Amino acid sequence: MPSFLEALSYDFMRNALIAGVLASVLCGVIGTFVVVKRLAFISDGISHAAFGGMGVCFYLGIDPLLGAIPVALVCALALGAVDRETIRSYDALIGVLWAVGMAVGVVFVYKTPGYAPNLMTYLFGNILLVSHHDLKVILALAVSVLAILFLFFKGIVAVSFDEVFARVRGVRVRFLMSLLLTMIALSVVILIQVVGIILVVALLTIPSVISLMLWRDLKAVLAGSVLTGVSITLGGLVLSFYYDLPSGPAIILLGAVLLVAAYGFKKIPRRSL
Amino acid sequence: MPDTPLIEVRGVTFGYGREVVLDHVDLNVEPRDFLAVIGPNGGGKTTLLKVILGLVRPWSGEVIFHLPSGGDPRDPRGRLGYVPQFSTFDKDFPLRLGDMVLMGRLGRRNLLRPYSRADRAAADQALERLHLEPLARAHVAEVSGGQLQRALIARALVSSPDVLFLDEPTASIDAESRETLRELLADLNRTIPIVVVTHDVTSFAPMVSRIACINRRLFYHGDPDLSREVMEEVYGCPVELVTHGVPHRVLDHHHDEPPPEHRR
Repeated sequence: MPSFLEALSYDFMRNALIAGVLASVLCGVIGTFVVVKRLAFISDGISHAAFGGMGVCFYLGIDPLLGAIPVALVCALALGAVDRETIRSYDALIGVLWAVGMAVGVVFVYKTPGYAPNLMTYLFGNILLVSHHDLKVILALAVSVLAILFLFFKGIVAVSFDEVFARVRGVRVRFLMSLLLTMIALSVVILIQVVGIILVVALLTIPSVISLMLWRDLKAVLAGSVLTGVSITLGGLVLSFYYDLPSGPAIILLGAVLLVAAYGFKKIPRRSL
Repeated sequence: MPDTPLIEVRGVTFGYGREVVLDHVDLNVEPRDFLAVIGPNGGGKTTLLKVILGLVRPWSGEVIFHLPSGGDPRDPRGRLGYVPQFSTFDKDFPLRLGDMVLMGRLGRRNLLRPYSRADRAAADQALERLHLEPLARAHVAEVSGGQLQRALIARALVSSPDVLFLDEPTASIDAESRETLRELLADLNRTIPIVVVTHDVTSFAPMVSRIACINRRLFYHGDPDLSREVMEEVYGCPVELVTHGVPHRVLDHHHDEPPPEHRR
């Protein structure tokens, strides 16, 4: 059996590695805002709804990634714009969006003539299938998300911390929230390539939750979260290589183990000292 | 113009769903005011504050601003200082006090620009004014309630607002911090009008210049020399039953024994 480093001479393995690192950097940064602003359920909803777009594209015989992007964006902006008092139950709305997206996706995949694709690949991801073309799209998305975040960083932090105060100051809160949701949607699309629709929310939140437990300064939290994300993605890839595991679940399970370890690390010293 | 009010609330009616929370409320905020807005829980005090701050639009009526800094008489955004209750923001947010105070410099226009030297100088000055310089690098999650309260006041003051609003400022801090807060607000009131929304008017009794009693309607607006009959009308029941079982002494000067503390 070749070693992991030898395997890196293969194109698909290098693509997987680069996609994984890009995705982890995004997760660490955007995920931190998802966690502190409690947007995990929304992110999960966007991820599942995006499957509707992927199914349609599959039926039409075009790149599913191109279907996921507009659907994720529309869902994110709609969730940001909807009036929470009129809709009565916001989380029910997210749940409905989630289910409708999945239903549309499954219907179109089912109706696609010829060989039916393996749904498992979409649901749980296969980072080894990331092509050169995918990698270019992922890179473009990642760079734009990070650039937007960098430009609007202090406004997004202010709105995440205290939205009401920001409104009193005249800050464009609605605009900034839509921007944040847009960035979440684009990140979700990238993450679908890496860990699949179902596991996106885990990769988005686990690194940030770990980092938030260990650090208190926002920049340290962001850095720690990126580092944790990169470690579990690379670690998960290595595990999946040596033990023949599906890559998405391997990444998530490694993250879950680290999460428990970080929790223990925070809890135990205080008791014994 | 000695007698032009800074803020005129004119016939404001507002509610949630079909329930009317504020019913034709008229209220003025005068220059040099220390206005205490009191009333029972759920009586609409905080909602009135939201209307004035422009966070909700009244069903009818209007709020007119004649602020010294000028500007649109119907849009006060950026010119009012606001100190929220602790429950309205995330206390576990990974943020340093100094950076939180800097957020008070954000506004409508400067979203893309990094904080300037003037912003940082103003933040340092606000921290100094509230005796928080040593805590500038401390985190929001690790300071005491009283310190956090002072940092929130610094954040509200850092853009030199025309009026300072505080929502239940004594609710989340201990008795000692309340004493500090009282002195601090009395001192600040020399240079800026203050509006405090509180159910705990005894804490501010010595420096309050006027009070407004809100329970859906405005029941009283004027001198703090408030009669027991008015209070009972506002609260709709004998006042002794209302505040921590301690008689509500709006008339008296500040008395020594503080009301029993709520402990978690």
